[in-house]
Amino acid sequence: MTRVLVRRVLRLVVVVAGVSVVTFAILHASGDPVALMMPESPEAERTELRRTLGLDDPLVVQFARFVADAARGRFGDSLYHREPAMALVLARMPTTLTLACLAMAAALVISVPAGILSAIRRGSPADHAITTMVFLGQSMPVFWIGIMLMLLFGVAWRVLPVSGWTSWSSVVLPVVTLGAFLAPAQLRIVRSSMLEVIALDYVRTARAKGLSERAVIWRHALRNAALPVVTVIGLQFGIGLGGAVITESVFAIPGVGRLIVAAIGQLDFPVVQASVYVLAMMIVTVNFAVDLLYTWLNPVVRVR
Amino acid sequence: MTVRALAVAHVSESPRVAAARPAWQWLRRSPLAFIGGVVLLLVVLAAIAAPQIAPHDPARQSLVRRYVPPAGFTGARAEHPFGTDQIGRDVLSRIIHGARISLLVGVCAVVLSSLFGVTLGLVSGFFEGRVDTVIMTVVDIMLSFPALLLALAFAAALGPSLTTVILVLGLTGWERYARVVRAEVLALRERDFVEAARAMGARAARIVLRHILPNTLSSVIVLATLQVAQAILAEAALSFLGVGTGKAYPTWGQMIAQGRDVVTIAWWLPTLPGLAILVTVLSINLVGDQLRDALDPHVR
Repeated sequence: MTRVLVRRVLRLVVVVAGVSVVTFAILHASGDPVALMMPESPEAERTELRRTLGLDDPLVVQFARFVADAARGRFGDSLYHREPAMALVLARMPTTLTLACLAMAAALVISVPAGILSAIRRGSPADHAITTMVFLGQSMPVFWIGIMLMLLFGVAWRVLPVSGWTSWSSVVLPVVTLGAFLAPAQLRIVRSSMLEVIALDYVRTARAKGLSERAVIWRHALRNAALPVVTVIGLQFGIGLGGAVITESVFAIPGVGRLIVAAIGQLDFPVVQASVYVLAMMIVTVNFAVDLLYTWLNPVVRVR
Repeated sequence: MTVRALAVAHVSESPRVAAARPAWQWLRRSPLAFIGGVVLLLVVLAAIAAPQIAPHDPARQSLVRRYVPPAGFTGARAEHPFGTDQIGRDVLSRIIHGARISLLVGVCAVVLSSLFGVTLGLVSGFFEGRVDTVIMTVVDIMLSFPALLLALAFAAALGPSLTTVILVLGLTGWERYARVVRAEVLALRERDFVEAARAMGARAARIVLRHILPNTLSSVIVLATLQVAQAILAEAALSFLGVGTGKAYPTWGQMIAQGRDVVTIAWWLPTLPGLAILVTVLSINLVGDQLRDALDPHVR
């Protein structure tokens, strides 16, 4: 256990370093960010800006400074809002996290029972219906799902507001949108891991010794089918945050997603870097936690 | 012998022939995948022949013919079966032209990421050791970013263009290939035919390219097919957020974004391009899923 833990922590450190390199690279991907920021200014002003931003130092020096600053949460002031970029990101983070977590919960409430049903009644009309929904769901862009729901509930029936994040009713459509985006992948995993477990000998033994079908499924099969689901929830956290960025744009929700899209339009690099860095760090942390949880839940991995 | 058994039995002998034939039969036997294949073919043809079959110039504006609804609704016009947008452009023509960008980006991005990912996967799996650790760590790092967020940030830094989108999607999608190919190589290198080739004195490059690579191809083809669908969705998302392929040509994502602003008065503007995405991506997924069942019995 300790050895596994040490290895996981080492990997965490390496991944965090990698995240820093990639985030640093965003600013330099264009070659000359200053030329992007002030395309029509004379060269003298550009040189001036380069000096204030420290862009005239060697790359290694810039990277060292970036890492030191990033570790303390300093990404400089937003070029547009004239406030620390990190503060802007953190102020909007609760909204994005609430959206992502509510959507994840909503998706799980649907996908776990539906996935189990689909697996234990394999080949039934219910299974076909569920599999068809999964296929359709996976083939729709998340922003289009959002607009279609908006069209139906906000424009045609006028029962829910089409934008904002102020009242409970305005939360419904974005959460359903993002949930519909996350559910198909979850459902697929639940279904296939359940199918795999059901075929195992110990489940047959449980049946053979006369346990009720309910006890077989809930007490025996589900417990082992839960492992891949835990992993997926970890992996989906990243996809969920990415989906939240788009969903926020559809429904005009004041979260990190809208901040980042606006910052990209304004070439506000400190804000872009701060948001990408914070989001990536959150994903890294969640994946690390899931890894540990997985090791703890699964004795086979623990022994190795 | 069932198709599945055939596919397995042939893997160790002549993988390419064995893979291609049952896959085709399987595709024909599954009606859904067949429909998907036909629809996909139609979309591809429409994209190739877009200037010939589109009824109007997709960029031509008309002030007097704005917000014409699609056929069957009051105020519809026969020459605009899908209606017109807020500046009077023909929606059907724009959707047909939009297919070009979607398919071009989808295919190019996947070619790029599969070449990159397969190479790294082969190297990683065959040479193991330190090289393997380095490559797999990079994969881990890439997986820590939401791919879309990374694509968004770099697309913005490089400026919106067709090349940027292809590059960005190509360079964020290779991890899956690397992982799948590496896993296959690790299993294959223990097999007898690889051992035999080694015993006969074949060099590493020959073993990898002639004996191992062909056996990983069926998984790669399946993955690549499904990844085209993902790339099309990702391109649409980038275009929707305004960091896509630029304003020079119509794209489905961009049409949806413009339609979103007028959703209360012209429902068809965001709806129809979305249906085009749905139909295309669904067809690819149907074909890809059947291919997976036919070629790749082990992987779900």
